[in-house]
Amino acid sequence: MKSLYSSAALSASLLLATAGLAAPPKETISDGVVKIGVLTDMSGVYSTLGGKGTQVGVEMAVKDFGGKVLGKPIVVIGADHQNKADIASAKAREWFDNEKVDMITGLLNSGCALAVQKLGGDKKRITMNTGAASTELTNGAWTPYSIHYVYDTYALGKVTGQAVVQTGGKSWFFITADYAFGQSLEGNTSLFVKKLGGKVVGSVRHPLSSADFSSYLLQAQASGAQIIGLANAGGDTINAIKQAKEFGIGQKGQKLVGLLIFDTDIKSLGLNVAQGMQFTSGFYWDRDEATRAFAKRFFAIHKAMPTMDQAGAYSATMNYLKAIKLAGTDDPDAVMAKLKSMDISDFFAVHGKIRVDGRMVHDMYLMEVKKPSESKGEWDLLKIVKTVSGDEAFMPLSESTCPAVKK
Amino acid sequence: MGMSLQTVLSQVMLGLNNGVFYAILSLGLAVIFGLLNIVNFVHGALYMLGAYVALLGFNQLGPLLGRPDFHLNYWAALLVAPLVVGALGVLIEKTMLRRLRKFDHLYGLLLTFGLALIIQGVFTNYFNVSGDAYDGKPEVLSGVVDLGFMLFPKYRVWVIGISLAVCFGTWFVIERTKLGSYLRAGTENPELVKAFGINVPLMITLTYGFGVGLAAFAGVLAAPIYSVSPVMGSEMIITVFAVVVIGGMGSIMGSILTGLLLGMVEGFTKVVYAPASGTVIFLIMVVVLLVKPAGLFGKEA
Repeated sequence: MKSLYSSAALSASLLLATAGLAAPPKETISDGVVKIGVLTDMSGVYSTLGGKGTQVGVEMAVKDFGGKVLGKPIVVIGADHQNKADIASAKAREWFDNEKVDMITGLLNSGCALAVQKLGGDKKRITMNTGAASTELTNGAWTPYSIHYVYDTYALGKVTGQAVVQTGGKSWFFITADYAFGQSLEGNTSLFVKKLGGKVVGSVRHPLSSADFSSYLLQAQASGAQIIGLANAGGDTINAIKQAKEFGIGQKGQKLVGLLIFDTDIKSLGLNVAQGMQFTSGFYWDRDEATRAFAKRFFAIHKAMPTMDQAGAYSATMNYLKAIKLAGTDDPDAVMAKLKSMDISDFFAVHGKIRVDGRMVHDMYLMEVKKPSESKGEWDLLKIVKTVSGDEAFMPLSESTCPAVKK
Repeated sequence: MGMSLQTVLSQVMLGLNNGVFYAILSLGLAVIFGLLNIVNFVHGALYMLGAYVALLGFNQLGPLLGRPDFHLNYWAALLVAPLVVGALGVLIEKTMLRRLRKFDHLYGLLLTFGLALIIQGVFTNYFNVSGDAYDGKPEVLSGVVDLGFMLFPKYRVWVIGISLAVCFGTWFVIERTKLGSYLRAGTENPELVKAFGINVPLMITLTYGFGVGLAAFAGVLAAPIYSVSPVMGSEMIITVFAVVVIGGMGSIMGSILTGLLLGMVEGFTKVVYAPASGTVIFLIMVVVLLVKPAGLFGKEA
């Protein structure tokens, strides 16, 4: 009886196996191509720190991966969202609906990032954000398909805020870019300043991409705060720092603190103006052998050293492709599961891990701008003062309002 | 934010500083519109070009000529940039705008708008959009002066002074001299002025060159204050057009005074409610258009 039963089972399974062979193979790569879209600020106030350089990072990763995954070609396309959420959203929709784009990366500008991430959630497509900073991306705006890869306002505010308050900068005045990112950065930094016994005496909000900061700077000066915190980025931060120097702000005990600064900003300011400033970064090209090797190759193509956004886009793309290979499919659910379970470790991400809320947690660095006398080359701009582990730098899940985090 | 007299005064100073840029740019537009009937949308791009002449003259010209130590200094740039850009303006007028003279304003506007996009696009392609620092600020103009109520950078004092001088000088030439009367007559009745043996087309070409030269001059003045970037002109030009509309198209003195005034209003807004500072000029524009469509200083057509 038993043998009869097992032989029946055997023949049944054989039958199933042959049936499986006869059916056409299940499509592992949707549409026969893996398409990665780089959607970011390609021409505006943030394009130097992201822009085409972000696309260069992605293209390098694809090339290094071999140009194919599971036997299917990988294609990279790019577009400029002009820092306008409606344009970002329309472009992403076109990419998802008509262009078969599987993953969008870059996404500088929190306003644009939030719009595209929401769309990605609706359409079940992955967004790997390397550019934008708002913590909202991993909290209220979280989707099962969103990853926030490089840094966020919480980590920036915490690492820089603590460093400054602990060295005596107790009272703060903020000059803040008036949109999602600036508000988030000001909010997060204020939190840590207050937690450590400091106080915020005031703030002023300016429109994105302002040429003239003198008025805001004078208000900051008049407030008598020890620290003028710049909760803005890119061209705005550059103008603010330059003009502060012009008005002699920072010479009478007041100190300017840039909360989000990129290598390219320092390059544009010059060490003379920027020396001694401290800020937080997720990456520095001159950290070790591996980063230098990458930076050298990147420089050969882009003629500038990679910022954290640009290097992050390489790393995000590489790990996305690895996850597809491991999952054996580009199905977004399977790829997300792999990404969240695998170790993220390369020249960019040290001790990296993607949490359930989509936050890629990795080591962050407190940086300081070198004195002109310390710099040995055109891009020898910064030194790492302190390495802060990802768990310490980023928002712990216990504080998260992400719907995926079980309390 | 406390509204002490000191705060208000310093904001007014800063407003004046922005205002002179509005004034000098809208003056150029007013001259061009008044004498050529062209709405010169390429003005912002030429302002940007002026700044780049200063920047590249300082950083690149020496190496290009094989003499790495050579810098086109700031004072020279103040002279060279308007000449270079003015020459470009002459070229634009002679080859393009002249052909549109007999058509509606709209064609000139569209052409110059297209030119602005092309120039800006080309520069965006080759230069850093977040801007490059201009390091050629002369030593004598570095540092600050104590105005009693605030420390004000010497350089900005110079900018305010020289801009006012240029603005009122231009007004004087056009409204109070014989040359100016030829210019004005040439646009009213070119045939009659020609009959007096004056080369009207040449006069118009040179006027256009002068108008855009003013923009380049402002560009050089702006280079040490703001980052020199391909988009600096497009950010400025929209506001400047609002200034021109408020002042009244074609009114020379109107454009100067409106520029200064609106700079100060904008500066004041930054203290009261900063996020509105980008909008306040346009709000005023709307009100002025509703109440006095020809502008504050404009004559009813």
